[in-house]
Amino acid sequence: MTLKSASELTIGAVITDAGNSKEFLTGDWRSKRPVIDKDKCIDCLTCWIFCPDDSIIVKDEKMEGFRLSHCKGCGICSVQCPVNAIQMVPEGN
Amino acid sequence: MKMATNGDAAIAYSWKQINPAVVPAYPITPQTIIVERFSDYVHDGEVDTEYVTTESEHSAMTVAIAASAAGVRVATATASAGMALMWEMLGVCSGMRCPVVMAVANRTLSGPINIHCDHSDSMGARDTGWIQIYAENVQEAYDNSIIAFRIAEDMRVRLPIMSCLDGFILTHAYEDLEVLEDQQVKDFVGEHQQLNPLLDLSNPVTHGPLDLQDYFFEHKYQVIDAINGSLSVIKEVLDEFEALSGRKHFIAEPYMCDDADFVAIAIGSTAGTMKAVVDELRVDGKKVGLIKLKVFRPFPSQIIADMVKGKQGVAVLDRAISLGSTGPLFLEVNNALLSIEDSPSVCNYVYGIGGRDAPPSQLKQIYLDMMDGKSLPINYLGVRK
Ligand code: SF4
Ligand code: SF4
Repeated sequence: MTLKSASELTIGAVITDAGNSKEFLTGDWRSKRPVIDKDKCIDCLTCWIFCPDDSIIVKDEKMEGFRLSHCKGCGICSVQCPVNAIQMVPEGN
Repeated sequence: MKMATNGDAAIAYSWKQINPAVVPAYPITPQTIIVERFSDYVHDGEVDTEYVTTESEHSAMTVAIAASAAGVRVATATASAGMALMWEMLGVCSGMRCPVVMAVANRTLSGPINIHCDHSDSMGARDTGWIQIYAENVQEAYDNSIIAFRIAEDMRVRLPIMSCLDGFILTHAYEDLEVLEDQQVKDFVGEHQQLNPLLDLSNPVTHGPLDLQDYFFEHKYQVIDAINGSLSVIKEVLDEFEALSGRKHFIAEPYMCDDADFVAIAIGSTAGTMKAVVDELRVDGKKVGLIKLKVFRPFPSQIIADMVKGKQGVAVLDRAISLGSTGPLFLEVNNALLSIEDSPSVCNYVYGIGGRDAPPSQLKQIYLDMMDGKSLPINYLGVRK
């Protein structure tokens, strides 16, 4: 990616392009990855409420997995899941 | 219109004429009269400013930044420990390019505790990306207060500005003041122009995002560029103000400098005393002059270098000391002189710390010592060692 020069940037680091944080792939930071056991999952969506990075994929009110492009691997979903359906496994395994 | 008033009330009066949208305020001596008097104007309905009484100066500056980012004109005031408490937010304000106008009633920094004038507060904040202008008298404090809004909010600048006046010496002393008509002031400062305002709901923006290794330096470079470039904008605004008021303002004012062999450089009210001292010495045929510096940030190096070129000696008067080094103005002047061949000999006079009086007799001695070659590299005027 070519980085912009000072003269090309909005002053004061103001972001004028609403929602562009999507373009910032925080998934690169992950050292552990969440893995779902759908047999245990009761689709309560607690993980979706807690995920700080909007990385829980929900379809028709069902938990469908993780948006790994942005999941930082923080493990909050795993801790919050009431039925222990999410395990954190080291990346690279 | 003429009135007799003190420096703080003059600042409050200028704000009344300007009617800023938001004034976040926390009182501190010797600034208190500014925010007290302005709160009277708010109470009496003479302005429609949103007056926010905050629980600390840190919060006052935070509100100022937020209101400015929201897209409106903001003024506030502080001094000494109040500015120290704002410290964290000063850099945020300039970094976020909020053109906040802040009156600073210069007061020393404790301890031991002391409420009187020196420039330790604003000089300590000289690296925070704020433009700084200083006043010699109540009239200049009033004029600067109006000028400040134009400079800060100029689209080529968009930086916060400190409009400084000497605590007590100017803030509390009554002097003659010639004020402009309200409409003249309103026309001069103009409508506040927004830049990416937070409250423009149809164009959503984010202010103050995380800015790391890949872009922070570029955003700081923008500030460097803007503050350096502001000098020409300041010149324009000063000239325009002269056309309006008939009062001439200088970035650096030369007083009897043309044929002077020895000049002093001073900031603030002492420059007024020094003019009287120069007059007195001129009667005795001494070729002395003074440079009164209004604009300290950005530092007008070239202007100073041109003014002192060819002089025999330069005494730099600092009402602050960078402890462990010299006065801050002395450092700047030396830096400016690097560009001159055969630069004059320069000495530093640190004076007036903690409000210590600097009477004409002592100030006169600066010139006499300089002419006799008796000045030390750094002199502490009137201190009992
Ligand atoms: S919190 Fe656990 S049970 Fe609830 S939806 Fe998420 S994974 Fe399923
Ligand atoms: S590990 Fe953290 S970021 Fe990833 S899905 Fe779970 S809560 Fe979201």
